Amino acid sequence: MSKQETKVKDANGATRRDFLRKAGTYTAASLSGAAMLLSDPKPAKATANVSWAEHFQKNYRLMTDEEKEEAIERLEKRYSEEFGKKVKVGSEPAIEGVLFGYALNIQKCIGCRRCVKACVAENNQSRGEKQQIEWIRVLRMEKGKFSAEDRDVHGYPEDYGIQVGGNAYKPAGVVLEGQHYYEPDQVPEKDAFYLPMQCMQCEKPPCVKVCPVRTTYRDPDGIVVIDYNWCIGCRMCIGACPYWARRFNWGEPDLPAEEMNPDTHYLGNRPRMKGVVEKCTFCVQRTRKGRWTGCVEVCPVGARKLGNLLDPESDVRKVLASKKVFRLRADLNTYPKFFYFMD
Amino acid sequence: MKRFIQFIIDFLRSGFSGGILFWAWMLFLSFFIMLWGYGEFVQIRDGMIVTGLNDQVSWGFYLANFVFMVGVAAAAVTVVFPAYVYKHHELHRIVVLGEMLAIAAVVMCLLFVTAHMGRPDRLWHIFPVIGIFNWPHAMLTWDVIVLTGYLALNIIGGFYFLYKKYADTELNKTFYLSVVYIAIVWALSIHTVTAFLINTMPARPMWFHSMMPIKFITTAFAAGPSLIIIVFLLVRRFTPLKIADEAFHALSQIIVWCLGIALFLTLSEIVTELYPSTEHSLGLQYLMFGHHGLNTLVPFFWTAMALMIGGFILLLIPKVRKNLLVLPFICLAVFIGIYIEKGMGLMLPGVTPTPIGEFAEYTPSNIEFMVVGGIWAIGFFVLTVLIKGAIGVILGDVRYTESESRTVQGEQTKAATT
Ligand code: SF4
Ligand code: SF4
Repeated sequence: MSKQETKVKDANGATRRDFLRKAGTYTAASLSGAAMLLSDPKPAKATANVSWAEHFQKNYRLMTDEEKEEAIERLEKRYSEEFGKKVKVGSEPAIEGVLFGYALNIQKCIGCRRCVKACVAENNQSRGEKQQIEWIRVLRMEKGKFSAEDRDVHGYPEDYGIQVGGNAYKPAGVVLEGQHYYEPDQVPEKDAFYLPMQCMQCEKPPCVKVCPVRTTYRDPDGIVVIDYNWCIGCRMCIGACPYWARRFNWGEPDLPAEEMNPDTHYLGNRPRMKGVVEKCTFCVQRTRKGRWTGCVEVCPVGARKLGNLLDPESDVRKVLASKKVFRLRADLNTYPKFFYFMD
Repeated sequence: MKRFIQFIIDFLRSGFSGGILFWAWMLFLSFFIMLWGYGEFVQIRDGMIVTGLNDQVSWGFYLANFVFMVGVAAAAVTVVFPAYVYKHHELHRIVVLGEMLAIAAVVMCLLFVTAHMGRPDRLWHIFPVIGIFNWPHAMLTWDVIVLTGYLALNIIGGFYFLYKKYADTELNKTFYLSVVYIAIVWALSIHTVTAFLINTMPARPMWFHSMMPIKFITTAFAAGPSLIIIVFLLVRRFTPLKIADEAFHALSQIIVWCLGIALFLTLSEIVTELYPSTEHSLGLQYLMFGHHGLNTLVPFFWTAMALMIGGFILLLIPKVRKNLLVLPFICLAVFIGIYIEKGMGLMLPGVTPTPIGEFAEYTPSNIEFMVVGGIWAIGFFVLTVLIKGAIGVILGDVRYTESESRTVQGEQTKAATT
């Protein structure tokens, strides 16, 4: 989510209004004949090519190995045609004895958002004018600014005992205005620090609990995954996620063929369709093959660590052993596997 | 069997007969239904991007209407309950009309949910057996159960009664009454579960309180009977069915009590949230006072409050409450007030600010207005047909005859015109 996107939204609003003005004339016309409407639709390529078999496939979790193979073959064929290159859809299962965890050093993070961009490129998110999806948000946190000038000299309580401000009202280390659209000339800024957020791969994920069709579920390696072909788009999970980690494909995703990353995973970065939910998967397409996630790889200051929580020698476990860590919204008992720490 | 098919045909024939006024009304509704068709078509073709919804506010107008309509459906018990449990004679006669209202309201609920879904083509995924029904974990599956169950109970109860009347045979009292009593309890469950659907998410602090179910039920039992009173007054005006004044008095009393409790609960919520004014109360503050200039909801909230409080005070006065010329207008005010308060006034501040504290304003797009307006039109369409058919049966105009010459009597048709 960048500033750009809010602007895009405004622009979108305007074009949408134009569109609706047109829609008004359409409606009038539709009274004289629905046929005209039926000749109008231009379904996006992705939707048009979806085969009958894909429409009626089972939920990935319940497929037999053969069915998985078939489903993947179908997808590879469709994607390869659509993007004009050989696309691989992986099906690597969770590795035995691995529980992924993540640790992020908020002291080191400089707020450059390279991880955000790398993630978009790696995970085939929708980009461009119409809809821009990002899985990582970097929040800008104010350092406290207290000065004698704007000090409230009154004590408390006074008069009727009503609390009337005072320096405590200054933001310090809190985000109340969704400060993830910051556009500095240069990072890091003097008066701020940064707190990146993404899906925390909760051990007790509320999003999984509320999903009426079990589209989204927790795999044995602790990654909460989504079968994009099973999601009914009810957005219950978006309501339930306390970390605002889930994104919805409001329209048909916009993924230029030349920028498309052909090394995909069924539960991870394969191209999505409109009307379904997506989110960070700790790059299953990479991590299940022993590679780092895109964000870990790109971080210029090494603030991001990934590892196996069950292995005492992993980076994450070392952080847990030697640093002071915390998790976000621990009061909700979601047990995120995403830890924040400071040196 | 043949008799049953004949019943359906005669029922529909009676439902679809009427004079100029009737057809004008149906044509008027059809216009909006066409808009609904167009809106749904565009939305399915282009995706939810044609709505005003966005990443920050991903639940909006559709679900707001859904929540409200579940309440109206549940409120059918305000006719059924006093009739059977308290043997209120006047309500007894017209119970079936309440059931017809419930059917129309549930149909609307189902359409609102479908409109809200990003992939309505995958609706079958939620059907047990062929899909996956995440029960008992997902609250939405509970809602599916209670809503379809409620629809079934009302169809069975309502049409069993009408059919027996039509065929002029004895009602099986045990069967019929058990359906009725189950439906009464079930009505409470549909609204309770709908409240649980949104109040079980600590990620959305404004909804996260245990008062939600009871508040839902009280507002529903104020808004529902308001609509029922208006519909019954129209029935009395436009059809030969006589509904005694006592029925209206009973209903308006229910409105007063429920509205009073609802206002009390609202007050409790405001005090509990605003006194400590924690971050969790930001949603409510946004609703009541706006947030740094983002204040689209503010006038709506205060209008709703004025309508509800004004309506309550007026209804407290027996003279006003019993005046059937004034009553429908007060009912309309209460209905609109609750529609705002419990629809958009509940949905939007619940999702604003987002879990990371971001405020975003949302206005439904024209497509959303078309779809929502169209679903209301469908609801009224269904309701009109059901009520006309039911009245035909109750009055004995539509009844089974062995001969070929069974018709809907012209008398009723004429009466509907006036
Ligand atoms: S962070 Fe949100 S989306 Fe990710 S597992 Fe937790 S609840 Fe689910
Ligand atoms: S939007 Fe998709 S993943 Fe989320 S709860 Fe609904 S079906 Fe499940």
